[in-house]
Amino acid sequence: MKKIYLDNAATTPIDKIVLEAMKPYFSEKYGNTMSLHSFGQEAKLAVEKSRAILASMINAKPNEIIFTSSATESNNAALKGVVFNKKSGHIVISSIEHPCVIESAKWLEKQGFEITKLPVDKFGMVNPNDVKKSIKENTILVSVMHASNEIGTIQPIEEIGKICRNAGVYFHTDASQSFGKELIDVNKMNIDLLTASSHKIYGPKGVGLLYIRNGIKIEPLLHGGGQENGMRGSTINVAGIVGFAKAAEICKKEMKKENKRLITLRSKLIKEVLKIKNSRLNGHPAKRLANNANLSFDFIEGESLLMQLDMEGIACSTGSACSSFKLEPSHVLLALGLKPEQAHGSLRVSLGRWTTKKDIERIIKVLPKIIKKIRAISPFK
Amino acid sequence: MKTNNNTCGGLYTEKVMKTFKNPHNYGKIKNADGIGKVGNVNCGDVMQLYIKITKNKKGEEVIKDIKFETFGCVAAISTSSIITDLAKGKTIKEALKITKDNVIKSLGGLPSIKYHCSVLAVDALVEAIYDYFLKNNHKISADIQKKHDNIEKSKEIIEKRYKNWA
Repeated sequence: MKKIYLDNAATTPIDKIVLEAMKPYFSEKYGNTMSLHSFGQEAKLAVEKSRAILASMINAKPNEIIFTSSATESNNAALKGVVFNKKSGHIVISSIEHPCVIESAKWLEKQGFEITKLPVDKFGMVNPNDVKKSIKENTILVSVMHASNEIGTIQPIEEIGKICRNAGVYFHTDASQSFGKELIDVNKMNIDLLTASSHKIYGPKGVGLLYIRNGIKIEPLLHGGGQENGMRGSTINVAGIVGFAKAAEICKKEMKKENKRLITLRSKLIKEVLKIKNSRLNGHPAKRLANNANLSFDFIEGESLLMQLDMEGIACSTGSACSSFKLEPSHVLLALGLKPEQAHGSLRVSLGRWTTKKDIERIIKVLPKIIKKIRAISPFK
Repeated sequence: MKTNNNTCGGLYTEKVMKTFKNPHNYGKIKNADGIGKVGNVNCGDVMQLYIKITKNKKGEEVIKDIKFETFGCVAAISTSSIITDLAKGKTIKEALKITKDNVIKSLGGLPSIKYHCSVLAVDALVEAIYDYFLKNNHKISADIQKKHDNIEKSKEIIEKRYKNWA
């Protein structure tokens, strides 16, 4: 049985071209970027070249990019870093942010900062007017993600950025799911801080970046040996960064063609799956990531669905309470206005570079059978 | 269906996965003698057990047939299936002695976060027997009455939640 991976929003395999680009930086070009000798400078050169490539992805300057270990770290650094040098103030986030933003905000609330969580509409969209209304005299930062990891909805960040700019408030966006997949221009979109991650775009795990607009001061989370202009202490992950840049380069080159291909496959999937009775699409019908389909099926529970699919060799994800370790359904689906039992029966299918038409045809064929089987066991029909 | 040894990252034992893949005794019993409906308020799982009762040669009441319907996760479906296996053919007196630990042991273990699924299965059985007692004007012991009263509380909340589906 061929295994089919449809969980690319969780992580992606490393592209073989990326892996080849990384290989020399493990045991040949292994220098520490902080060393002044040729070994160090060779590594330093590779990192700076990568920094320039990644900066160009979002129309930023190379010195506005710092490397981190993950999107989680970047988001933590953005929120805590911006507000740390102030004793009090107000932070605005959306209610559908990734847990690393929500939990950072919660922690800051405990430290005395004020938090506003913006609602979303039934498609998971933040209303820019709500952002405008939420900004107060003491507001320091607004953080709204570019695209949702769960439902794929793409936010009107250009409008939100403009509102923040006019109000003199910093605007951060978590672009973990959109970087390399959607066009981003930090100047056009008035973005002050941006998070991106390598392993979502066929690069290695353990590498992220934070864009910080020149002139913005943030307090570092990690104090150390002066790396990243003193913004983040830690020996530089050279191979990882080289891989991240190579992965981004490929994405940029393929973006237009790849999105078109993915949308065709994804639309076919949604169209066919919605023929199943009592099913629905979560997220925005049009303004969504090309590779994301989030579907709900009444009367069944997501973990059962996930594991039945896995037995058929198909890997997906769910927002069900049962699959989480908190026994609560996805906060994103609840924010859309879904009832807990509907969030219970959700399935996220996220396509990737190597998803084929055959793969999609297979899940279209298997899904109705599995749902029928689980519904046969369910007391609700 | 093809076999797969995935145990959900070691969360579940092989017995749990085997039971989930091929659950026993699912469906409805028409004209059931007792029906037990229970739900877990926190996770939202819902379980229904149907029992058919006959008398053995000694005149004791025996669970002749038992079936389940469950809305829930891998653990909930597995504990449902196991409780039907454990209770089938037992006298009511014996069936009431089945504990959550019997259920967990029969599945080769459950992760602690899923213990409530084994409680749900035992509760469903108690409720089905209580329903049978009620319908047949049986004397209900204080112990069973107390169990029923506790289960009833969470059931009300769950029923409200799923009223559009039932």
